[in-house]
Amino acid sequence: MSSYFADFASLFEQFDVFQAFWVNIQLTFFAAIGSMLLGTVLALMRVSPIASMRWLGAGYVNIIRNTPLTIILVFLVLGVWSQLQINLSSDFNQNFFRYAVIGLAIYHAAFVCEAIRSGVNTVPVGQAEAARAIGLGFLPSARLIIFPQALRGAITPLGNTLIALTKNTTVAAAASVTEISALMKSMIEFRPDVIIAVFLTVAIGFVLIVVPVGLLTTWASRKFAVVR
Amino acid sequence: MPNVASSASADTSAGTTGEPLVRMTGVNKHFGDLHVLREINLEVRRGEVVVVIGPSGSGKSTLCRTINRLETIDDGTILIDGKELPAEGKALARLRADVGMVFQSFNLFAHKSVLQNVTLGPIRVRGKSSAQAKERAMELLKRVGVDNQAAKLPAQLSGGQQQRVAIARALAMDPKVMLFDEPTSALDPEMINEVLDTMVSLAKQGMTMIVVTHEMGFARRAADRVVFMADGQIVEQDTPEEFFSHPKSDRAKDFLGKILNH
Ligand SMILES: Nc1ncnc2c1ncn2[C@@H]1O[C@H](COP(=O)(O)OP(=O)(O)OP(=O)(O)O)[C@@H](O)[C@H]1O
Ligand SMILES: [Mg+2]
Repeated sequence: MSSYFADFASLFEQFDVFQAFWVNIQLTFFAAIGSMLLGTVLALMRVSPIASMRWLGAGYVNIIRNTPLTIILVFLVLGVWSQLQINLSSDFNQNFFRYAVIGLAIYHAAFVCEAIRSGVNTVPVGQAEAARAIGLGFLPSARLIIFPQALRGAITPLGNTLIALTKNTTVAAAASVTEISALMKSMIEFRPDVIIAVFLTVAIGFVLIVVPVGLLTTWASRKFAVVR
Repeated sequence: MPNVASSASADTSAGTTGEPLVRMTGVNKHFGDLHVLREINLEVRRGEVVVVIGPSGSGKSTLCRTINRLETIDDGTILIDGKELPAEGKALARLRADVGMVFQSFNLFAHKSVLQNVTLGPIRVRGKSSAQAKERAMELLKRVGVDNQAAKLPAQLSGGQQQRVAIARALAMDPKVMLFDEPTSALDPEMINEVLDTMVSLAKQGMTMIVVTHEMGFARRAADRVVFMADGQIVEQDTPEEFFSHPKSDRAKDFLGKILNH
């Protein structure tokens, strides 16, 4: 048994597990910002008074939400990078990292959009009417009145999207990013003797990252709730 | 309120010369198959206070809401100070700013303080500096008697206080006309008078007002004219004294019988 622990410990000497997890955290961070920005724009389109904007937003959400993330990442790498030869960075690894961030952001923006839209539905129509009645147009009412309240109502679904995003960063391996699931593959290949420990390491690593996110969103959704 | 009566009657005698502030002509509105407003013709002079009453579902709220285009109309025209309501965009927003609206459910911005509720429009729509807007807001909050609540969130105020803030918020835009849609019917009885008093003093200061309400006391104290609606039509209109003591139509007699005898 003690030798198993020693073997397990040697795993960390042989592979840079922390570095790999750090890549996942960075992917999460940048893709979260990207999907938040894009998702907000999409949500604006979906509630806009202009019909063509609404269709465009709805079309995006329905197509992207129903496409597997792997397909999006493989399309970016094989289609956009390999075929069209568009380099996002002269550094080879950085290039793939950026493609992975973009793919993750494109995909999760659809979920962010729907989370925000559910938040918009928690805001009583009277708020929008009062905003219009004092002469605010669509964008100013959205920015000053509706979205600040909608975001507070959307904290829980946004938190769920963030958790899904965190775990989905493992799909970035499909875009040749050496993050934890890519590392796990090599660990399994080269250290079949401690295969259980390999799985546990990765699983526990994710739990340690994700649990605080869940706690934070629960706390935030209470703290920032709009009192009516 | 002798000053209101005299200024209003002076207006009446000169009524033909001045352009009415609000003029609705041949306005129709449907919700699906439901004909909610039928051939509405209504003129409201500058400084006039018009009370709209009528049974539930007769179209009073819809009438109010078409005046600042929270509802669109199917045909007819609505002129505010001689200008037709624009369809969309900046011009509509500007015109809406000239028409103050007070809702039954207050609709104060829930995430903004009382003070911010009142300064938001002047800053964002009228382009006032925040110092200017704040000074004027405090003045208005004082006038409606809630200046000591300026830093609180709306949810921390009583219904009556919230409605008075809503009135201050509308006044801060310096509107030409104020619309009130049953401003006291969501309030506990003991808070109704504080809001009505605020509205009466507003009327006395010469504000042009269209008020949907069943508060006969308010109509008698402040209104120049009562408009009675039923089934989407204006059935009759008269001074409060005439209307309440000698209603002409059967619909009005029936309606007054119901609300006065319970
Ligand atoms: N958004 C809407 N969609 C469909 N029908 C509506 C809508 N708003 C109002 N109506 C209908 O139009 C009619 C007139 O409504 P309105 O709210 O103007 O009446 P009201 O006179 O204000 O009644 P109340 O005294 O109950 O407030 C009613 O039959 C109502 O059900
Ligand atoms: Mg109504």
